[in-house]
Amino acid sequence: MKPKFVVGGLVILLALGYMIWAGVTQSAVYFVTPSELTASPVAGKAYRLGGLVTPGSLKWEPRTLDLTFTMSDGRATVPVRHKGAAPDLFGEGRGAVVEGQWTADGYFKASLIMAKHSEEYKAPHDTQEAQSKKLIQTLEAPAR
Amino acid sequence: MIPELGTGALLVALALCLYGAVMAGLGARRGRTAYVESAQHAALAVFVLVTTCILLLVYAFLTFDFSVRYVATNTNLGTPFYYRITAVWGALEGSIVLWSWMLTLYTLVVVLRHRTSARELYPWVLSVMLSVIAFFLLVMTVAAPVFARSMPIPADGRGLNPLLEDSGMITHPVALYLGFTGFTVPFAFAIAALVTGRIGDFWITTTRRWTILAWYFLSLGLLIGGWWSYHVLGWGGYWAWDPVENAAFMPWLTGTAFLHSVMIQERRRMLRLWNLALVVLTFSLTLFGTFLTRSGVIASVHAFTQGAIGVFFLSFLALVVLTSLALIAWRWDALGAQGVLDSVVSRESAFLLNNVLLVAAAFTVFFGTVFPLLSEAVRGIKVSVGAPFFNQVNVPLFLSLIFLMGVGPLIAWRRASLDNLKRNFLWPVLIGVVAALVFRLLGVRSTFAVLCLALTLFVGATIAVDLIRATRARRAMGERTLPALGGLLLRHNRRYGGFIVHLAVLVVAVGVTGSQAWSVHTETTLQKGEQTELAGYRVRFDGLRETPESNHGKVTGFFTVVAGRGTGDVLEPAKKFYPQEQSPIAYVDYRLGFIDDLYLVLGDFARDGSHATIKMQVNRMVSWIWIGGLVLTLGTLLAVLPERRKAT
Repeated sequence: MKPKFVVGGLVILLALGYMIWAGVTQSAVYFVTPSELTASPVAGKAYRLGGLVTPGSLKWEPRTLDLTFTMSDGRATVPVRHKGAAPDLFGEGRGAVVEGQWTADGYFKASLIMAKHSEEYKAPHDTQEAQSKKLIQTLEAPAR
Repeated sequence: MIPELGTGALLVALALCLYGAVMAGLGARRGRTAYVESAQHAALAVFVLVTTCILLLVYAFLTFDFSVRYVATNTNLGTPFYYRITAVWGALEGSIVLWSWMLTLYTLVVVLRHRTSARELYPWVLSVMLSVIAFFLLVMTVAAPVFARSMPIPADGRGLNPLLEDSGMITHPVALYLGFTGFTVPFAFAIAALVTGRIGDFWITTTRRWTILAWYFLSLGLLIGGWWSYHVLGWGGYWAWDPVENAAFMPWLTGTAFLHSVMIQERRRMLRLWNLALVVLTFSLTLFGTFLTRSGVIASVHAFTQGAIGVFFLSFLALVVLTSLALIAWRWDALGAQGVLDSVVSRESAFLLNNVLLVAAAFTVFFGTVFPLLSEAVRGIKVSVGAPFFNQVNVPLFLSLIFLMGVGPLIAWRRASLDNLKRNFLWPVLIGVVAALVFRLLGVRSTFAVLCLALTLFVGATIAVDLIRATRARRAMGERTLPALGGLLLRHNRRYGGFIVHLAVLVVAVGVTGSQAWSVHTETTLQKGEQTELAGYRVRFDGLRETPESNHGKVTGFFTVVAGRGTGDVLEPAKKFYPQEQSPIAYVDYRLGFIDDLYLVLGDFARDGSHATIKMQVNRMVSWIWIGGLVLTLGTLLAVLPERRKAT
């Protein structure tokens, strides 16, 4: 091998490593439950929040396209706001995962809602935390 | 009856597969043709048996035989005829059946084509193919038993996943699986080459068409998958860097690298080790993809199953990788390169760089896909990287690849002289640079779009330069322009087939660029009779209608285009309500165009039809992606035509 090719290969490798590192740090999304989020919310950080849509909390305003609801894991409750109609599988008492940011005004601003069949998410009880974890895992970002 | 018949056939097929795999190997070692012929008969019998299984399954679906659990969970009395056939591969168990059947089909073709032409390698190829089939048959009988009985027999089935009630479901899985399974053939030849020690170029030249075919079907599968996502899922996109998509994209990337690197081996006797590694990697990635999507490790839209299957696939994957590595280590001394790289500015290094970039892209996709698992295992917190990561990392790689697509086919072998560079690239580079400036002046903001379009024109120009020059040379010999061009394409079908495939990639690239850079969308609630406007299209909401369908209810919204292209057209996006599902499924409507698509999704609505929320998108140049698929088909057809003699 000529030194030129070795140097070239190293340059490519370094560039690739840098791109991956930069890509990960800039687009990391943290998976959290409502309790984890309320314990240490960081405004502006990208989160994927998984939990149950609290029954009775859902409000939809077709004129302004404001969708508000709260998400809970049995211990903590997080208010969520979204602009736009809810996706098909979304509903009260069902599991959902929302992606977005925590705002300094004390609510979660969702940019993307992913909903899930409720049969795969049971009502919160003792093991609720483990279950929201599981729920999040079953919900890798689908269509956006 | 059917569960017992099917299971029986599968077990016999499994036994025959194992027998054939062993006999073919023994026959090769001891030089006994009778053994190999016996293995051949076993392979034929396996084909017949697996075909019978798939036909039994089709029959069970058509006759609503709910004693088969798979039928009961994937269809019901209301499922239309057409979708009862596609339901055969609508879920995990059936898709494994389809996969195995294609493998047996490929094995049959290998037997027919290569039993005399590839003497030394053939018995081992047969042995490897039968072993792979045996694995899938094992999965079908143990991990995901497709013919399991339902107890008690239900009166009606659960029904097919409504998202799969689409015409894309007949072509998408078939094309994708033909691609996945197709890579088994070059893999089997590579293993046979390693075992026999005939690691020269024979296995490469023999499998050239196989690789092209597998690559083509995989490409087609990906494109049809994009089309399905675009017109069924209702989010207006065709690619989401979803783990399932990535699972199919990774072998495509390494397969593309393989397709190019074999040319270097054929021509310059280099990269022997690299080629073997690439084909093993590609085959392993097809298995890894199935593991990812079917084990529930990283679930997503497509990953509708979880179970024992993960362990099976991971074990087989480990077996494949370790065996291949051991064989490569065994033949290490013979694998040294014979040719050497002479210069950085040469066709060899352009191809080499193309390979490095493609494998790098495959690695980044792999890394991003398994990142949540890694971070969970290492740091205990689940962190994912979404589409922004994949785009950010891959865009520079893909732009470089497009550039190399222009350089590679024209630059000289060994060492390109300044004269060679000037002769081939002066005009294309000028055209690319001028195009970039013009796009900037025209007000194209996105640097990505400017670069991609300029590079596309550069590559297009290199293809034109080559064609014009070759046609001129023929005309100088007295031929007319058109016959000269036609003769050129047919006589050098491999080269020009490749060029047309490159052209297809450019067309797809333009579609992706256009849709990423210029698509617009809005969401709004309209009262009956009210209008909304987006990018020159004005749409009026005319009300709702509720209709019963064979297996679901449907609420359709009527939207009339009152200004813009297609004025007067009525778009009918709907929501379908399936009794077996708790939530409605959106049914999008669209008008496709060369420049842009109008795309409507019915969001929320008032039951009385007084108002409805609509998601409206104007997606630019998406059609180019589908057109690219057609061009790709033409190019591939030309490339796999039997080669003509070079002498004129």
